[in-house]
Amino acid sequence: MKFLGLIFGNLKRSKTRTILTVGSIAVAFLLFGYLAAIRVAFTAGIEVAGEDRLITREKVSLINSLPKSYEADMERLDGVDNAVHQSWFGGIYQEPRNFFPSVAMEPAELFDMFPEFVLGDAEKQAFINTRTGAIVGRKTAERFGWNVGDRVPLNSPIWPNKSGDSWDFEIVGIYDGAEKGTDTTQLFFQYDYLDEARQYGQGQVGWYTVRVTDPARAGEIATAVDALFANSSAETKTEPEGAFIQGFANQIGNIGFIIMCIVAAVFFTILLVAANTMAYTVRERTNELAVLKAIGFTDGAVLGLVLGEALVLTAIGGLLGLGLAALLVAGGDPTGNMLPMFYLPVKDVILGLVLIVVLAVVAGILPARSAQKLRVADALRR
Amino acid sequence: MFSWFTQVFAVIRFSLASLPQRLGSSLTALLGIAGVVAVMVGVLSIAQGVLQTMRASADGANVIVLRAGADTEMTSGLGGDEVRVIKEGPGLARDADGVVASAELFVIINLPMASAGTDANVPLRGIEMAATKVRDGFEIVDGRMYTEGLNEVVVGLGAAEEFAGLAVGDTIEVGQEDWPVVGHFSTGGGIGESEIWVDSRVLQNAYRRGNSYQAVYARLASPEAFTELKDELTTDARLSVQVQRETEYYEAQSTALYNMITGLGTVIALIMGLGAIFGALNTMYTAVSARTREIATLRALGFRSGPVVLSVLAESLLLALVGGAIGGSLAWLAFDGFRAATLNWASFSAITFSFDVNLPLLIQGIVFAAIIGLIGGFFPAIRAARTPVALALREQ
Repeated sequence: MKFLGLIFGNLKRSKTRTILTVGSIAVAFLLFGYLAAIRVAFTAGIEVAGEDRLITREKVSLINSLPKSYEADMERLDGVDNAVHQSWFGGIYQEPRNFFPSVAMEPAELFDMFPEFVLGDAEKQAFINTRTGAIVGRKTAERFGWNVGDRVPLNSPIWPNKSGDSWDFEIVGIYDGAEKGTDTTQLFFQYDYLDEARQYGQGQVGWYTVRVTDPARAGEIATAVDALFANSSAETKTEPEGAFIQGFANQIGNIGFIIMCIVAAVFFTILLVAANTMAYTVRERTNELAVLKAIGFTDGAVLGLVLGEALVLTAIGGLLGLGLAALLVAGGDPTGNMLPMFYLPVKDVILGLVLIVVLAVVAGILPARSAQKLRVADALRR
Repeated sequence: MFSWFTQVFAVIRFSLASLPQRLGSSLTALLGIAGVVAVMVGVLSIAQGVLQTMRASADGANVIVLRAGADTEMTSGLGGDEVRVIKEGPGLARDADGVVASAELFVIINLPMASAGTDANVPLRGIEMAATKVRDGFEIVDGRMYTEGLNEVVVGLGAAEEFAGLAVGDTIEVGQEDWPVVGHFSTGGGIGESEIWVDSRVLQNAYRRGNSYQAVYARLASPEAFTELKDELTTDARLSVQVQRETEYYEAQSTALYNMITGLGTVIALIMGLGAIFGALNTMYTAVSARTREIATLRALGFRSGPVVLSVLAESLLLALVGGAIGGSLAWLAFDGFRAATLNWASFSAITFSFDVNLPLLIQGIVFAAIIGLIGGFFPAIRAARTPVALALREQ
C-alpha cells in the first residue's frame, strides 16, 4: 500500500500514454460486457429453465397440435406432478412489427407451474375470473404503454375469430419476473376464450409443460410420456425445458461461439497494447529503477512496483469499461425490442473482474521480471 | 512550392525508413486495426449473406398470391377452388404443360441440425411440378426428381448440408410414414435450398389438409402484367387474396433478420473502432516521442511543420491501410462462403445461407481503417510539429 503514491506518480509521468492505455482497456471491457448481454439475449431462458420441468410437443413439428385430453393421461403417470397445456396465439397489436409472444392456457395452473411470474393475489384472481382477461409482462406493457384495465385488440393470423373481427382482451394484471432472466414479454390469456371463439382447432393445444416430482428421474419420465402416446394419431416428443430452449438458441445460430471468438480476438489485441505500453515504460525508466534498487529497494519490491502499476492501470480501465457497458446495456438493445432479454449478468461482471487481474499479470509480468533482474551497476552505466 | 513537396517526400521517407525500429508498437496498432476490420466485415457478412439469399429467391417476373391479411405463407390459406381461379388470372405465363404456376403448402418439421444435434424447424414444402419452372435456376444435382403422387422427397442443397439424415437414400419420418429422399436440388442460391420439397397432394394427405393450399407462386408473361393480374384477382368476388411481387415479399421477410444482425454488428464495430483509435494514438505518440530528436533535427535544418505533420499522418495511414487489408483478407478467408443456418423470424423456420464477404463490404472495412488511422495520427502529428526545436534537441 505504501507504494501506491509511487505507482500513481509513475502513471502521471506520461499522462497521454496512461490515458490512452486506460481508454483502450476500457473499450475492451465495454465490449466484453456488451457481448455478455448479447449472449444472454440469444440464449434467453436456458439459465432460468426449471430443472423439474419437461416440454412435450408433437413429434414431427412444433406447429402441429396435440389433443387437450393428453393432460389427464400425463398426470396419471408415476412421477408426474402436474401437466399444463399451452397454445401459441401469435397475436399482433395494430401492425405486424408489433409482435410479441402470446399464449393461451389455464389461468389457475399458470402460477402453479411458473412461479417465476410474480403477480399480486387480487390480480391473479381477476385473471382467473375474467373470461377475456389477459396478463402481460412488464416489458411488453411498457413497450405499448398498457395499464391494468386497458382493453386491447389483437389480431391472430393463425386463429381467426368466429366473429371475423380482432380478439379483444382486458388487461387484468402486469406481471414481473422473479429473476433478471425471466422473460417478461409474454401475454397470457384464458384457453377457454380461445377455444370457444376460434374458427377451427377446437380441443387442440400447442404443447405441454410437465412437472416431475424428482428432477433426477426427468429422463426416465420423458421416455414414459412419449411411450404413452406412441402409435397414436399425435405422437409426442418430450425433453427437459432447458434442452428445448437450447434447441431454439442453436437454431438462431452458433452465436455464442462467434461471440467468444470476437472477445478472444479483442482481448489478444488489448493485451498486446497493454504489454507493449508496460514494456516501454519500464525500458524508459531503467535508470530510475536502478536508483531505487541502489537506495535499498529489494528485487521483489521492484517486481511488485511494476506489477502494481499494471494492475492499477488495468483496474481503472476495466472498471470504467464494465461501468460503461452496464450503462449502455441499460439503454436498451440495439435491435429495437426484438430481443426478449438484454441485461448484464452478475456472473459475467465477476468474470470481468477476474479478467482484469489476469490481464494485469499477463501484461505486466515480462517487464516486471526484467525490472526485477536489472543489475544496478549495468543499468546506471547506460 | 516544389521544395515543399520535396520536403514532404523526404520526411515521409525518413519516417517510414525508421519504422522497423519501432516494430513492436507499430505491429500492435496494425494488428489492432486488422482485428477491428476482420470482425466488422465478418459480422456484416452474415447480414449480407441473408440478404443475398433473399434476393436470389426473388425474381422480378414472379408473383406470390396469399390469403388477404396473411403476412407469411405459414399463416395463409387458399382453397382448391380459389387456386383454380388464381391460375386463370390474366397475364400469367403459359407453356406446353399449361400455366406456369405452382400451388404450394408450407409446413415445418423438426430435424436435428448436423452441427449441434438439436432440432431445427425445417421447412417442408408441397409443390406442383410447375414450381421447377417458376424457380429459374432449379436443377437436380444428385439423384432424381420425385415421382408425382409418391411419398418421395427432394432436398435443397443447403438443407442437405445443415441438417442430419437428408442424404440421398435416407428416409425422413412424417406422421406414421417414411418418406425416402430421392434427390438433391439447387435453385441457384435462394431460400428454396433451405427446404425439402414433396408433391403437394402427398403433403395434403399427410397433414389432412383436404384440397387446400397456402400460396400460389406464378410466373408473369411480362413484368408489366403485374398490375393487371393484381387488379383482377383482388377485385374478384370469389377470392380474398393479396398479390405481391416476389421481390417485395422476400424483402419484407428478411428485414427483421437483416436489421438485427446489422444493428448488432454496427454497435460492435463502433466500440471496437474506438478501441483501435486509442491503440493507434498510443502507437503514434510513441513513434513521435521516439523520433523527437530526429524530427527536431529536421526542423532545425529548415524542414517546415507541414511536411512533418504529413509524415506522421502518412505513417499512421499506412499502418491502418495495411492493417485493414490484412483484416479484410482474414475475414474473406475465414467467412466468405461459410455456410450457416439460422431461424428466419418472419416465418419461424430455418433458412440456410452463406456468409457473403463482398467488395462493398471490404471497401467499407478499408475506409473504416483509414478513418481510424487518420484520427490516430492527427494529434501526435500536431504534437510533433509543435514541440519547440531547442527543447526537443536537448531531450534524451
